Amino acid sequence: MESYRKNQRVFWVLAGPGSFWLLFFFLIPLGIVWILSFGEKAVIDGKISITETEITWTLANYVRALADPVYLVIIWKSIWISVLATTLCLVIAYPVAFVIAFATPRWRPWLLLAVILPFWINLLIRTYALIAVFRIRGYVNFTLEWIYDTLWLNRLFGPFEPLELLYNDFAVVAGLVYVFMPFMVLPLFASIERLDRSMLEASLDLGASQLATLLRVTVPLTMPGIISGLILVFIPCLGSFLTADLLGGTNATMIGNVIERQFKAANDWPFGAALSFLLMYVTFGALALRALLSRDVGTRI
Amino acid sequence: MRVPRRWVDPLDYAGRTWMRAFFGMVFILLYAPVVLMMAFSFNDSKRNIVWRGFTTKYYEKAWNNDGLIEAFINSLTIAAINTIVATILGAMVALLLWRFRFPFKSAYEGFMALPIVIPEICMGVAMLAFFSRIGWPTGMPWPLNLSAITIAHIAFSFPFVAIVVRARMAGFNRELEEASRDLGASEWQTFWHVIFPYMRPGLVAGALLAFTLSLDDFVITFFTSGPETVTFPVKVYSMVRFSVTPEVNAASTVLVVITLIVAALMLRVQRQGQADSP
Repeated sequence: MESYRKNQRVFWVLAGPGSFWLLFFFLIPLGIVWILSFGEKAVIDGKISITETEITWTLANYVRALADPVYLVIIWKSIWISVLATTLCLVIAYPVAFVIAFATPRWRPWLLLAVILPFWINLLIRTYALIAVFRIRGYVNFTLEWIYDTLWLNRLFGPFEPLELLYNDFAVVAGLVYVFMPFMVLPLFASIERLDRSMLEASLDLGASQLATLLRVTVPLTMPGIISGLILVFIPCLGSFLTADLLGGTNATMIGNVIERQFKAANDWPFGAALSFLLMYVTFGALALRALLSRDVGTRI
Repeated sequence: MRVPRRWVDPLDYAGRTWMRAFFGMVFILLYAPVVLMMAFSFNDSKRNIVWRGFTTKYYEKAWNNDGLIEAFINSLTIAAINTIVATILGAMVALLLWRFRFPFKSAYEGFMALPIVIPEICMGVAMLAFFSRIGWPTGMPWPLNLSAITIAHIAFSFPFVAIVVRARMAGFNRELEEASRDLGASEWQTFWHVIFPYMRPGLVAGALLAFTLSLDDFVITFFTSGPETVTFPVKVYSMVRFSVTPEVNAASTVLVVITLIVAALMLRVQRQGQADSP
């Protein structure tokens, strides 16, 4: 690698366009939202304007987001739903990543591809496909009804009552797990594949059971992958908008939906801006935590 | 008498039946919703649940839906422009990070990764606020009216291209570049004849990634699009909100098939790239 001083012309030609684009069409837009978050609706001729915003450097929007019980409940619920979805992703993805990492080299890339491919399919379409699965006349209820009728339970307990699977927290959690699972498999696979297998052999040879080996050897050794996966799934879950919008309906709202409402229907941009910056701060916190933890784990091993 | 169990290597986790069964179950759950959606787009019934025979009438219906086709053309146009610009920008950033040492380099890398890590909705509202604040002209003739969406797409997709191209360049033997310069090639000749041929699979993979990222994006486009500038996912969203119909299934199936073709192409390019490099 050469120093940028040696060939400044090439350096600036390469650095210019990308930096320009990101500065003007990313950083400045974010800066505008940041400034907006300290604004309030302008008062023109004694009336509160719907469209104009005045920057008064007030903290009222942040106070409202963190003190108003309505929004506090939504923030907590979003965090809670994201934690639940992330945990479920880990529980499901760990064995999956294990199978892929221990498969024969011939099979490994194909199994990995099978898990990653859905990730390429449009998020909206995958979420939409779940509606047909979960709705009252959806595949789950259809299957359950068929089992119910085959077991002649309808003669005992009356006709099958379809389950309300859509438009509640269950649907949102299931949707998030379905959509973000591939994010979890990748870092887990990377760390399990790197695992020194002689460690597992040693543990088993010395008389530890498979379970003890898993809990005391495998999991601690793959901790960097677990942490990466948890954070890689948690961040998009917390910021998700589409899943709760399509599967959660009005009953299950997340922060993303409140932000969207402020910028569209409610037209309260300063409040929406404050909420989206709170979301960003949580994201940065999670990323910093990841950096800190992975360094910690890295030095211990 | 105990039936002797099949002997399994203690470390052969992929060979255990229950592990395989679990993997198979996850696999089915991952694919079933999308496969069912695609299958029922050919179902001759308004209701999506019972098979009533094969038909392509919903594809015809989607094809004759002017709004849908217009949105589709918009999406392809945006994706095409995005692919070209994002690939060039991403490749330049990748070369910059690959070649030079400069002050605050890790901070710069973090800055480049920002569009990838921040929640999509934050970027979406930022774009909405930006274009309305600076008074970006609306109501321009096609395709200029798509400029705001295209600019936003380039901003979030070129950092991905930079990562893909940089990963490719990591395997490049720097001595080749030095040899080329020692033999008197200019900066441009070295790039064109030595670096570029090696970089090409990375560029193609990055371009395909930029194409699908743009074609698939809903959240950021949702905030930058106006009533006159609807893209395919935004149109599908408004149709889904209205009702779940086989027509939406048909339109979605087309998009899934396009994405899968692009993914397959990308895989091929990467394989060839691996085969080419020593």
